[in-house]
Amino acid sequence: MTSDRQTIDSITSQEYKYGFVTDIEQETIPPGLSEAVVRLISSKKEEPDFMLQWRLKAYRRFVQLQADNKEPHWAKAEYEPIDYQAISYYSAPKDTPELSSLDEVDPKLLETYTKLGISLLEQKRLTGVAVDAVFDSVSVATTFKDALAEVGVIFCPFSEAVQKHPELVEKYLGSVVPYTDNFFATLNSAVFSDGSFVYIPKGVRCPMELSTYFRMNAAKTGQFERTLIIADQGSYVSYLEGCTAPMRDENQLHAAVVELIALDDAEIKYSTVQNWYPGDKNGVGGIYNFVTKRGACRGVNSKISWTQVETGSAITWKYPSCILQGDNSIGEFYSVALTNNYQQADTGTKMIHLGKNTRSTIISKGISAGHGQNTYRGQVKIMPGATGARNYSQCDSLLVGDQCGAHTFPDIDVRNSSARMEHEATTTRIGEDQIFYCRQRGLSTEEAVSMIVNGFCRDIFRKLPMEFAVEAQKLLELSLEGSVG
Amino acid sequence: MNIRELNNNHSLNQDKNIRMLEIKDLHVSVEGQEILKGINLSVGAGELHALMGPNGSGKSTLAQVLAGRDIYQVTAGEVLFEGRDLLALTPEVRARKGLFLSFQYPVVISGVNNIYLLQAALNARRKERGEEALDAVDFLALVRNRLQAVQMDESFLYRPVNEGFSGGEKKRNEILQMLILEPILAILDETDSGLDIDALKIVAEGINNFRTPQRSFLVITHYQRLLGYVEPDWVHVISEGRIVKTGGPELAHELEERGYGWLQGGQPDVTIKAAIGP
Ligand SMILES: Nc1ncnc2c1ncn2[C@@H]1O[C@H](COP(=O)(O)OP(=O)(O)OP(=O)(O)O)[C@@H](O)[C@H]1O
Ligand SMILES: [Mg+2]
Repeated sequence: MTSDRQTIDSITSQEYKYGFVTDIEQETIPPGLSEAVVRLISSKKEEPDFMLQWRLKAYRRFVQLQADNKEPHWAKAEYEPIDYQAISYYSAPKDTPELSSLDEVDPKLLETYTKLGISLLEQKRLTGVAVDAVFDSVSVATTFKDALAEVGVIFCPFSEAVQKHPELVEKYLGSVVPYTDNFFATLNSAVFSDGSFVYIPKGVRCPMELSTYFRMNAAKTGQFERTLIIADQGSYVSYLEGCTAPMRDENQLHAAVVELIALDDAEIKYSTVQNWYPGDKNGVGGIYNFVTKRGACRGVNSKISWTQVETGSAITWKYPSCILQGDNSIGEFYSVALTNNYQQADTGTKMIHLGKNTRSTIISKGISAGHGQNTYRGQVKIMPGATGARNYSQCDSLLVGDQCGAHTFPDIDVRNSSARMEHEATTTRIGEDQIFYCRQRGLSTEEAVSMIVNGFCRDIFRKLPMEFAVEAQKLLELSLEGSVG
Repeated sequence: MNIRELNNNHSLNQDKNIRMLEIKDLHVSVEGQEILKGINLSVGAGELHALMGPNGSGKSTLAQVLAGRDIYQVTAGEVLFEGRDLLALTPEVRARKGLFLSFQYPVVISGVNNIYLLQAALNARRKERGEEALDAVDFLALVRNRLQAVQMDESFLYRPVNEGFSGGEKKRNEILQMLILEPILAILDETDSGLDIDALKIVAEGINNFRTPQRSFLVITHYQRLLGYVEPDWVHVISEGRIVKTGGPELAHELEERGYGWLQGGQPDVTIKAAIGP
């Protein structure tokens, strides 16, 4: 079987396409975390006092958690301890005065986003996607604000929302993910720099896809963004986030928090294509992606749907979850997570059923190649009041080669006997015989693998907005390149 | 586009002196054990050769080596395909150049619909021939036409490759692929095994209609029955990794009668005869 092994072993390095660094003057505060740093961030953003006080509470809690050694290590991922004093908590391109139009954005930044395939210029209107671009710690541009404002949709950088819509921020911030939630969420609450804010008013169907593009540029910086999306009664929004970072030898921390709130009859569709730098083929460098994402279906008949395609990061640790409070509310989680080389992903979801007749669907597809480790961790909790709750979970793993691993930890906690639960799980390996069969029909090894992987993920790609589905498919092919000889 | 047009043979083999396939003293080992011990076989354009022999004699090994399966090591010998060094080509290049293997055990590929594989395979083959990819309408017309030839229902197109197919359905699916890819050399490894009588006739007819003066076949079988429908030009018997006898169609009858034992110098072997069935 030596040749078989060779085929699957011979990993050729595939350059990370988004690994360039933008040479732009940046203002970066010295590494280190202290109360002064938290105050500095808050004052740079000219925040109202409630925001500063909230940050300080979080900061004090974080100090306590650190003193008590509460950094979580239960995820199935191995990494060197993180030195939180070695990270810089704020970095922004210099000269970011209030911009009245995109023409005023530094051309180098526009060029960065163009290189990444995201045109911030107005021709993007054709595709009907409004973009908020976050560069390290600040939002550099938001497109189509005016068009959205006409229908009352607020889509702006988080820092702007804090100033212009403090009542909404104060009401909802931390209402789904409190600053006490977990170690990384606490850190984020203290030092978060920017992110996107979305408010969809009652009865409005957001006329275009909203999208935030996160880019880490500066070295030794962490990115701690915060996203808050509120869908008021009877409204609908589809939101997409994409992420990339330059190639660097050291690991960079990304600890974001996303909160979604859906009121009565509202629906939020949240899609992620995550392609942070995964490290090189020997596992050097890459992003630590420790993210807390949670949605609250607060109203009756509300719906929150998470779709994620995770191909990047050295370590991914995220569990986009739904709290199904409103009666008849629906939570969905559709995920493709791919790990190649030495990447580690520990991802999944939590569905907490509180309301009557609440329903949740979980479809998770994990692909492991190279020495990648892929873990699904999911929890479905049916609380006593959730009469008539239903859950369907499907958890499939695909192994490419024999050096990688797939692990599944489903946790089901049912406290109401009327609940209906279904769980299915499969593990398959792309066999040498399958690849040979395809090659005998004229396909190259890579065509064969990508055909099989695409077939495996098709159900999830269907859930993505059209243009992103194509993007996701390409990304997957790129991430798999070189995973088989 | 006219389906007939697709039947044009694009083989380079215009020169009558160049053989379709020439195997010279081929030795093959797997995990250090020699399985093929000096095979010599020459197949001319348009010829149909039958390869028979007891279980474990090396028939599938030969078929897989010709297709480029790299778990087998060629330790000596040479194979020419239309005069070119076959062993130097990757499996996919062999396929694109028109070498087709109908697998004894077709492989299941979950999640990939039959029609996707067919389309990818046909486009790879067409590209090699310098032809453009067929558009969806022409492709579907072609596939429907071929489905009819093997009397398969269209629903098979939208099922994952070989998943849940019965034994006979898998074999018919192999023939469907062959009819669509239009190889110049088709190696059929026990395509008749597991077929019911009607299906056997359908497959045999598919092969007969597919025969042209340019297209060659190497048909591996245990049964005279298929050869009753599909007349071979030559019949070879392989035993313990060597071709021990070559003859005309009548040899297949003789084997049916007498088994393989007499070819190895002894009496017809009853156990082998039982194994190869009626
Ligand atoms: N991958 C392999 N590993 C180990 N032994 C193998 C392998 N492939 C073939 N062999 C051995 O080589 C010999 C020939 O096998 P092969 O499959 O070519 O026989 P066959 O003539 O096709 O038999 P059948 O009529 O049963 O299909 C057998 O003894 C078999 O066990
Ligand atoms: Mg065999």
